[in-house]
Amino acid sequence: MIEKALRGNSRYWGWIGFLFIVIFVGFLFYLRQFGYGLGITGLNRDVTWGLYIAQFTFLVGVAASAVMVVLPYYLHDFKAFGKITILGETLAIASVVMCGTFIFVDMGQPLRIPNVFIFPSPNSLMFWDTIALGGYLVLNVIISINVIASEKKGTPPPGWIKPIILLSIPWAISIHTVTAFLYSGLAARPFWMTAILAPRFLASAFSGGPALLLLLVFLLRKFTRFDPGREPIQKLGLIITYAMTINVFFVLMEIFTAFYSGIPEHLDHFKFLYVGLHGNTTLVPWMWVSSILAVISLVLLYIPKTRNNETVLGLACVTVFVSIWIEKGLGMVITGFVPNPLGEVTRYWPTFTETMITIGVYAIGALIVTIFYKATLSIRGEVSV
Amino acid sequence: MTIDRRKFIKTAGLASLAGLVGKNVLGQDVSEVIEPGAFDRLAGLQSPLQAQRWAMAVDIKKCENQHDCTKCIDACHLVHNVPEFDNPKDEIKWIWKEPFEHAFHEQENEFQKTELIHSTPLLFCNHCDNPPCVSVCPTRATWKREDGIVMMDWHRCIGCRYCMAGCPYGSRSFNWRDPRPFIKNLQRDYPTRMRGVVEKCTFCDERLALGMLPACVEACDAGALVFGDLEDPEADIRKLLNDNFSIRRKPGLGTQPEIYYIVS
Amino acid sequence: MYDAGKIIIGLVVFIALVSYPVWYDAARGDIPTSVDPKIVTTEKECVAPTEYMKANHMDLLNQWRDNVVRKNIRVYTAESGRKFEMSLSHTCMDCHSNKSEFCDECHNYSGVNPYCWDCHIEPEEEQP
Repeated sequence: MIEKALRGNSRYWGWIGFLFIVIFVGFLFYLRQFGYGLGITGLNRDVTWGLYIAQFTFLVGVAASAVMVVLPYYLHDFKAFGKITILGETLAIASVVMCGTFIFVDMGQPLRIPNVFIFPSPNSLMFWDTIALGGYLVLNVIISINVIASEKKGTPPPGWIKPIILLSIPWAISIHTVTAFLYSGLAARPFWMTAILAPRFLASAFSGGPALLLLLVFLLRKFTRFDPGREPIQKLGLIITYAMTINVFFVLMEIFTAFYSGIPEHLDHFKFLYVGLHGNTTLVPWMWVSSILAVISLVLLYIPKTRNNETVLGLACVTVFVSIWIEKGLGMVITGFVPNPLGEVTRYWPTFTETMITIGVYAIGALIVTIFYKATLSIRGEVSV
Repeated sequence: MTIDRRKFIKTAGLASLAGLVGKNVLGQDVSEVIEPGAFDRLAGLQSPLQAQRWAMAVDIKKCENQHDCTKCIDACHLVHNVPEFDNPKDEIKWIWKEPFEHAFHEQENEFQKTELIHSTPLLFCNHCDNPPCVSVCPTRATWKREDGIVMMDWHRCIGCRYCMAGCPYGSRSFNWRDPRPFIKNLQRDYPTRMRGVVEKCTFCDERLALGMLPACVEACDAGALVFGDLEDPEADIRKLLNDNFSIRRKPGLGTQPEIYYIVS
Repeated sequence: MYDAGKIIIGLVVFIALVSYPVWYDAARGDIPTSVDPKIVTTEKECVAPTEYMKANHMDLLNQWRDNVVRKNIRVYTAESGRKFEMSLSHTCMDCHSNKSEFCDECHNYSGVNPYCWDCHIEPEEEQP
């Protein structure tokens, strides 16, 4: 399988080379952080988690979203997803690897991470999240490798893989639920302590993840002979429409509860997000962009004429993805810390080093996705070399 | 098990003796005190201060009467090698003062007694009975001792900062960078921390073990800090809480903080 | 064998890289061939026999650390019945106050870098 990823045209190698350079640059910046400490980021005593943990949370969603193609294909035997299911599963692998890397770069003492396994602490949701994510990675690696291998042999996947695939469906839900519990169980952070956090995470994951998958499908169709046909694209578009609707609905429910009840502990966080708090408006423009994009995406997705137009659908996917990235990859985590439990507002914004490390980790994910997609498409003869 | 009276008197005497040493430690000439033999540590270890449930009472009025006094903070930060940064971003604090409206965020009351509104209560780790930081720690690097102290193991902490997210009181600090260069007066008796771990007040576990009171309590000559065993009906802290009106920070969360603020 | 030349070059490069630490040290030339940690104290008795300490001092320190930090047990009773405070900075370093000639001597030789001193403060030594 892997040998298919070791041959390619100059454009392929150019892309791989570019990713390696980005990863290397990110690694150099990480060495700076490793030497100096996490103080090199914008984090501080009040805002103790930032860009890294937010990306972790966002990517757990992308990983979980594979279930949106796996479930129709394997559980409902929805044949049209036959060509793209493996793309979703391998995207999940890349996402979980990125999640792990983001956790790693966020640790103050990364070399002590084995302590999590040496002294397992079932009290801590982090322990369960490690199990959930590790298990999900193993499941998807087993599934993907076997499915790709049997495609290569031209045989149906072995029978024993089916129960593993079915297990991966609830497991996908569990990774994002447990990740939401990391936050929603904290009495100290009223912004996160809401029972709707896990459903909200799932809704945003099931819209943002498939939007990313659909964009990748469009890219593959442009640059290779890969073509899944019209049906799966339309179906994914519909899935994104429903999930995004539910996501926006959940956000509005949160906003209603906070603003109508008027409890300062809850309200202050939403004020910080949408109008600024004590003069701090760091996230305000971002959140409004996110909200406007969400509305635009829903308009584009609701009108059958625009949704059925693949160019517009692509545009809708971009708006969904960016909107959710801002909401989850920026707003969700930082706002839990602003204001802090004492009602104080402290500014946080990622530093250059922090941003470069983040980009480097994303490049690792892009590399994994590229390798898997290249191997899959080569086996199917959908790329030239 | 409660401390029997005789033992208490014995340890109290020892504590006051240790207090003399402690005062010296707080003074300028450090080398004098650090010399081995200045204090028989092994003897101290034979009569530690013990309790079933350590707690602290802070008398806001007595403390405020000292105006800009920072003796307890200075003492604590000195003996524990707490670094002093010139920026709030890297800040580490075990004890600190906070305006009343922040310290008691939930006690919103515009027409509260003026002296209370303008007070700046001392904040510590609350050594909660139900510490959220302990539940969330993925390595058991922080845990609750039987005597109520919420301890830290800096050898084990991986620096994930989940405890900081979980603490409703902002009592935990993280070493964003190597703290050593920012410790003005290095105390050889106590370790520093390395970068990348979380730290906080430990009710001076290392001093209790030697039969000494916490450094802040000893440093406070206004008697605004009273430390003792809540399970001991004879303890000063029990009488104090019995005779005065006291409040705790965010009692609604069910964490059962063990720092009591006397406001009457 | 196909591509014999490439394979042989590859192998040579691989072996050169793997053996790097050996020839780097050989080229540097100043590798100590023996260790001689100096004991400066007048104290006659360590907390455990010398042979045990040589081989297992790190285990003992780990035990002490866990006892003191995690269990609040701070007094160690040696086999002789004598009591010691379980403390690196006090008990150990009271006698072995010459960290550079005692601890570092073997640690440098065996290339280990214990992180004790990232936090614990070594006794001040007079500069030779």
